[in-house]
Order: sequence, then structure tokens, then C-alpha cells
Amino acid sequence: MIHITINGKVVQAKDGEMLLTVIRREQIDIPTLCHHEAVEPSGACRLCMVEITKPSWDGWCDYVTSCLYPAEDGLIVNTHAPKVNELRSSILDMFLARHPKSPEIRQLAAEYGVMKTQFEEVVDGDNCILCGICTRICDTMGFKAISMVGRGHGKEVAPPLNMAPAACVGCLSCAKNCPTNYIEYNMKNGGLTIWKKDFEMIACTECGATTITKEFAEYLSVNRDIPFDYFEKCDACHRKELAGTMGRIANWDREARS
Amino acid sequence: MTIKNVKDLNKIRKTSLATQKKHPKKVLVCCGTGCIANGALKIVDSVRDGLEKRNLKDVTVEILKETGCHGFCELGPLVIIEPQETFYTKVKPKHIEDILDKSFLDNEVIEPLLFTNPVDGSKITKYNDISFFKHQQRIALRNLGKISAHDMNEYIGVDGYQALAKVLFEMTPDEVIGEVTKSGLRGRGGGGFSAGRKWKICKDIKADKHYVICNGDEGDPGAFMDRSIMEGDPHGVLEGMMIAAYAIGAKEGYIYVRDEYPLAVKHLEKAILDCERTGLLGENILGSDFSFTIKIARGAGAFVCGESSALMKSVAGEVGEPRAKYVRSVVKGLYDEPTVLNNVETLVNVPTIIRKGADWYSSIGTKKSTGTQVFSLVGKVRNTGLIEVPMGITLREIIFDIGGGILDDRPFKAVQTGGPSGGCIPESMLDLPVDFDSLTEVGSMMGSGGLIVMDDKTCIVDIAKYFLEFLVEESCGKCTPCCEGLYQLLKIVERICAGKGVEADIEKMERLSENIMLGSLCGLGKSGPNPLMSTLKYFKDEYIAHIKDKKCPAGVCPELITYEILDNCTGCMACIPACGYDAIEGKKKEVHVITQDKCTKCGACYAVCNFDSILVS
Ligand SMILES: Cc1cc2nc3c(=O)[nH]c(=O)nc-3n(C[C@H](O)[C@H](O)[C@H](O)COP(=O)(O)O)c2cc1C
Ligand code: SF4
Ligand code: SF4
Ligand code: FES
Repeated sequence: MIHITINGKVVQAKDGEMLLTVIRREQIDIPTLCHHEAVEPSGACRLCMVEITKPSWDGWCDYVTSCLYPAEDGLIVNTHAPKVNELRSSILDMFLARHPKSPEIRQLAAEYGVMKTQFEEVVDGDNCILCGICTRICDTMGFKAISMVGRGHGKEVAPPLNMAPAACVGCLSCAKNCPTNYIEYNMKNGGLTIWKKDFEMIACTECGATTITKEFAEYLSVNRDIPFDYFEKCDACHRKELAGTMGRIANWDREARS
Repeated sequence: MTIKNVKDLNKIRKTSLATQKKHPKKVLVCCGTGCIANGALKIVDSVRDGLEKRNLKDVTVEILKETGCHGFCELGPLVIIEPQETFYTKVKPKHIEDILDKSFLDNEVIEPLLFTNPVDGSKITKYNDISFFKHQQRIALRNLGKISAHDMNEYIGVDGYQALAKVLFEMTPDEVIGEVTKSGLRGRGGGGFSAGRKWKICKDIKADKHYVICNGDEGDPGAFMDRSIMEGDPHGVLEGMMIAAYAIGAKEGYIYVRDEYPLAVKHLEKAILDCERTGLLGENILGSDFSFTIKIARGAGAFVCGESSALMKSVAGEVGEPRAKYVRSVVKGLYDEPTVLNNVETLVNVPTIIRKGADWYSSIGTKKSTGTQVFSLVGKVRNTGLIEVPMGITLREIIFDIGGGILDDRPFKAVQTGGPSGGCIPESMLDLPVDFDSLTEVGSMMGSGGLIVMDDKTCIVDIAKYFLEFLVEESCGKCTPCCEGLYQLLKIVERICAGKGVEADIEKMERLSENIMLGSLCGLGKSGPNPLMSTLKYFKDEYIAHIKDKKCPAGVCPELITYEILDNCTGCMACIPACGYDAIEGKKKEVHVITQDKCTKCGACYAVCNFDSILVS
């Protein structure tokens, strides 16, 4: 265990653990848009920047992204230094100009006092903030079905050649974790369409509700040793079954005692 | 033939020198990319044919040299006759017969092909009498234009691989690092970090593997020194890498070459192959314990791929995007192993430093910026091209002595140094000694050594716009301050150029710039606002003129200027067909008139008028 000072308070941390983790554990609120616990940090949004210094630095301080900066003993962190606050609102202002229609961006910007952008709004802009959470999740899961294509202002998230990606299993991890709900998918008539690819959903053998896609279930049963028939029951029915089992155990227990 | 030991190496050196001595008469044809584009390969063919006709076929290899770039590309194809050092410019195949008969076999000089001094119109015969060359001191470019670029034996003849032999048998790795550190050599890729110190950090890290990478990405627009070095002295680059590898204990190296440089790749491939065949690369080099291989990695064609973390990802076959890690690549670089990344020019200096010693090298240049620096001098100067000068030389000497002054004797306005990460320096600072620290102090930087000279007809806001356009195009788009921030800066500057700027824009740009520099992930974003900030600092008036008076003082920004025909118009009618928009009316011998709402400010009339009758205001 090491000790670092955050906003004047000395706190404990594990050596090498990222500053953002410590900051969040201390329930200090700083905004992030590209951070996700499930994947490696990327340092793209730059909102998590903090001011750091050490007594030995002679008054000099540095500005680093806390999602990527490992805690070291004796570090002094200021999560809301004036320069940091100014940078954050400037970045949120840039986001707001780029995605004026995104409710998530508007709300976050408003929380930091940016109600209206001082920059030029991108008229035909979309709501993808290029945080890379979806692509990193897809990579981490091992599918690599989507990636960032192009560079600079024209960059976008897309499957290879913009065609239905062979590697996609329709797990929906990208869409469900997108901070701006940008990724479209369509679930109807027992099917799912995402990234222009059509999937068949498994129907629950008990109630008929859909569970997950066949491809995803196959993937999990082959690679993660989960029996395929586990997915042939929906969550609700699994729970019903579980409740039944628990009830039986309780009764049996009671009988045994009496 | 193999080179098993130093004895073998010296044998080749002796033979090579003997051949040089036996054939002092030579025809050197510059075969850099610039001269090839102007037809140098045809010149080579003509010379070869000519030699055959004169029964000199057997000694063609000794006489005809296809050399690397002289740096004077705009006057190419260039031909030099040795030993007289007669320098011919803009040579065409039809001139070769004359050159061979009169200049090569005889001692005559062919006047019309000589270099014309742009300052006084006089003809200059010898290479080294031309002011463009006279003030230079060549260490990094030592072999360019002197030897056949792809001939290993010639490289060995000019002391090539002697430094390698010296480090392998006379110096420990620590001594090599000590020597390079003492020489004061700083990285020429932009950052100016001490090469020796970088090597030391890398060497001291315990790891399975260490790597050396040569950065030949050269993304700065207008810069071509690294290309010229890789094309013209590939063995110099390899030898520098080998010495670095020996010093840090690397067994594998990569040269990352920009995709647009096919000739550099070709020459490097040949050089690597020659070394592998003879044993200068591979196991137990020169009979020592040192083993090393070099591979070429082709660049992904983006400016940001020159940035160290992006480059290493690209070499490893991933997308060339900068990685945000607070661990430096000397510690954890290619494949997460300690890696030394050095620029082409940095590495090519190393063999000479080892041969001549750190004290010799550090006696050149200034105290904190030792040695020389290669610049690519372009823009509104009379002589443009690649130059190598000692550090500490003043901008004035570069622009007026080497560059021959401003084109058409117009007033000097500013010089942009350091490319897209650098800044504009005004006239009041012309006597600034050029070195890493003084350039940084005035808000610019050395960068890769680009120097763009501007005259009074260059609009400074337009220049800022140009660099921002480049950066917005080249930003990888990963982090918000760079991708979105530079885009918004460009939007503001575009508005100012279009006459729609407001006074508050200046402060807005300054604050936005600060946030971009503070918040960006890699050097591209961190230094991206430099061109804008430096022009705002030194040329604020010009911004104000655009914003408040809606005028472009240099007469460049189309929305802010008008073209008018003055009363001294002779009515020659030359401008009428020149205008592609039917905007000019007039009868013969009568003053013509421009219809303003048809005029697109293209400047075609201005260009054709012989009577200075077109006023741009
Ligand atoms: C956006 C960007 C582009 C760069 N491009 C190049 C380049 O083309 N060539 C180069 O040698 N260094 C380039 N650099 C600098 C390299 O990251 C690195 O500092 C350099 O290659 C180290 O070599 P040196 O110490 O010999 O200068 C670039 C840096 C940035 C941030
Ligand atoms: S689609 Fe969503 S998760 Fe993916 S990069 Fe865009 S905003 Fe981030
Ligand atoms: S600063 Fe620019 S080039 Fe560098 S990582 Fe950020 S977006 Fe990419
Ligand atoms: S959370 Fe986005 S940069 Fe750290």
C-alpha cells in the first residue's frame, strides 16, 4: 500500500493502480467519456486530466490523464485545479460543437457549465464521440468485428469494408455500452440486426421469449464451456427455476428438522 | 566476397582508393529523386553511351557515378566533372556529347550550362565557389553527391564501416555511449533529446531484447533531408544503426521508411542485401561477438506515424495511432521491449563522430547544440534546396548568404521553421543564432529542419491557415483537443480570412490553443497550435487588419482584396483572354475595366499584365 494526497486528503492506494480508480473510490466526481472498467484505458477524451505534483518537484506540476497514470507514493493530486477545470469545459465545449444533438453530451456539458457552444456547430454531425469503447470491448472479447476507420475528423466506427462483419456474433456489447447510444440495432420477430448483419435469436423453451443470438450461444458454449442448452431458457425462466429449486431445498430442510 | 574481419574490410578500402586514384576523371550525375524527376536517368544513359563510343566502356563504373542528392534540386539534372569540380545545371541528353568531349576529355568549360549567380548574373564554374555550397559544412550529407549511392565498396573507400570496426574492437558499449554523449549529439527528429543519454537509458534496462529503429517517416511538408540521406548514403544510415545497436545490445533493427519514398527503399534494400551477403549484417559481424539484422518497415502514409508510439505500433503491424502511456518507449517500446528510436540524420552523424571523436564534433556548432543541422530551405529565396550548416549560424546568413536573398529583391517578411509544429519568426529576429534552444525560446522549433522563407506578398493569416489545414487533415482523431480543437481553430482562422472575424476571436484562439497544447495526447496536438500562436505573437497587426479593417495587407485572401485596372493601362488586351470569368472589358488602346462581381480574384490578369497596371488592394 502507498499513500497519495487527493485534494488535500491523504488516501491509500495500491502501487501502480490508476489514479482514476483511486479518485472514484474516494467518490470524487470527475467526468470521463472514454473510460470503461472492462477494457484497457485509451486516453482519448482527455476529460479525466488532473494536476499532479510532488514535494520534490519544486513547485512544478504536470497535467496527466488519471485513467492512465499509475499511482506513486507521495503523489499530490488536484482533481479540480483551475487549469483542469478550464480544460474540461473547453473539451466539453468541443464535444458539444461536434455533437450538438446528443442528449448525453448536452447533459454532461451542462453539468460543467457549458450550456451553449462558443464554437462552430457541426451541422450534419452524428452522435458517435469516437470514444472507442465499442471497438475496445469488441477487441477484448476477441471478435474484432468493428474498428475505427479513417483518421481525424472523418474517423468513424465501422466493420471492415462497411459490410456485415463475419466476426460479429451479435452479442450487443458494443451497443449496450455506447455512452451516447449511437449504435443502432433492431430486434424483432425473433431476429436481431446489427452492423447490417442478421441474426436468429434463440427462443426460450419455457416461455418463448428471446435470449441471445445463436452465434453468441455457440461461441460461449465452445469457448467458455457453458452448455448450449443453458441459453435455451431466458433469464426470467432461469430465475423461476432457481426459485423453485431454492423452495424445494428449504422445504426439504424444514422437513429434515421437524 | 565476404568481409570476415577488419583485414578484409581494409583490403576493399585500399582497392577502392586505388581505383579512385587511377581514375581521377569522373562524371558525377545526381540521381536523387529531384534530379530523376527532371530526367537524370536519361543523362546517365547518354553518358554511358558516350563513354562506350569513346572506347571507355570498360571503365564506365570508375568514371560514371550515380550519386545522391546535392540538395540543389531545382536546377537539376546536375552533372559534375571531376577533378575540376565543374558544376553543370539543367543538363539535357543533347549536352552530353559536348560535356564529354570538351569538359571531361579536355579542360574546357561549357558556359551556358554553368550556374548563374542569381544576385549579379555572373557565371560560376566550380561547385564550391557557389555561395549555396560555400557556406555549408557537411557531416550528415558528407557522401551525398560524392559517391555512387548504392555501391558498398565506394562507401568503404571513403572510410565506411571504419567506425563500426573501431567500436567492435576498441570500445566497450559504455565507451561508445560515453563518446556519443560527450559529442553532444541531439536528436534531429524534432525533440532534440541527447542521443547518448537515450542510448544509456535503453541499455541499462534489463530485457530479453532491445531494438533500434531508424525513423525515416519524414512527414513534414517540404522536408526531404531524410529521404536524400537514405537514397544517397544508405550505408551511412546502416552503419549508424549498427553502432547504436552495439551500444545498447540490440540484435534487431528496423528502418521505418515513408511509403512515398520508393527510391530510398530500393537503395536501402540493396545496401542491406550487400551487407548480408558480405557478412556486415548477420552473425558475428567482422568476426566479433556482435550480431545484428536490419529490416525495412514501410510507413503507413500518415504524418502521425512519425510519432514514436504510433510508429512502433505501425512497425508491429497495428494501426499507427499514438499510445497514451506514461512509460517512455526507450523503456517499453517495440513489442514492449526497450527501444531506441532515432532519426535518420541523427544516426548518419554517428560514424563520423566515432571516427573523428566527440571533441571534434562538439567543437562545431554551439555549446548546447553541437554539430551541424540539415535544413530544407524553400519559399521566396533565390537558391532553394537542402543545406547543412553549423548550429548557431544566423537566420540572416542562411537566407541571404546561402539562399542568395529574397526573390525579386522583395522585402523579407518572416521565416517559418520546424514545419507544422514550428512557428514564424519575424524580421527583427533575423540575427537569431539557429539552434534547438533559441528557436524554442522564440516560440518556434527546430523540428525536422524545414525553413520556409516568406516575402511581403505572403499573408501570415493564410500561412497559419495552411498549417492548420495540414494538421486537421493529419490528426489521427484519437483525442478530442487535437481532433476537435484544431478543427475549431481552423474554422476561426477561415472566418478571419473570409472577412468575418470578430475581435473576440483573437482571445478565443489564444485560449483554445492553450487548452489544445495542455490536453492533447501526442506531440502533434501538443505543438499543433504553434504556427498559429507564433504568428499571433509577432504579426497581431495583420490579424487585426483582417478582422477590423477587413483588409489583407499582403493581398492574398480573396474575400478581402479587389483587383482594379489603373489609368496607365495601355489597352493591350492581354488580360482579357487571360481572365477565365469574362470579368474584363476594354477596347484596344483604351483603359480596361474589371467588373467586380464577376471577378473571382484569381490573379490571372495580374500575372499577364506587362505594365504594372493591375492594382491589388
Ligand atoms: C506528430 C509527430 C510526427 C513526427 N514525425 C517524425 C518524423 O517524420 N521523423 C522523425 O525522425 N521524427 C518524427 N517525430 C519525432 C519522433 O517522435 C521521435 O522523437 C524521433 O524520431 C526521435 O529521434 P531523435 O531523437 O533522433 O530525434 C515526430 C513526432 C511527432 C509528435
Ligand atoms: S459508437 Fe459509441 S461506443 Fe463506439 S466509439 Fe462511438 S460513441 Fe464510443
Ligand atoms: S494529439 Fe492528435 S495525433 Fe496525437 S493522439 Fe491526439 S488526435 Fe491523435
Ligand atoms: S477517461 Fe477519457 S482520457 Fe481518461
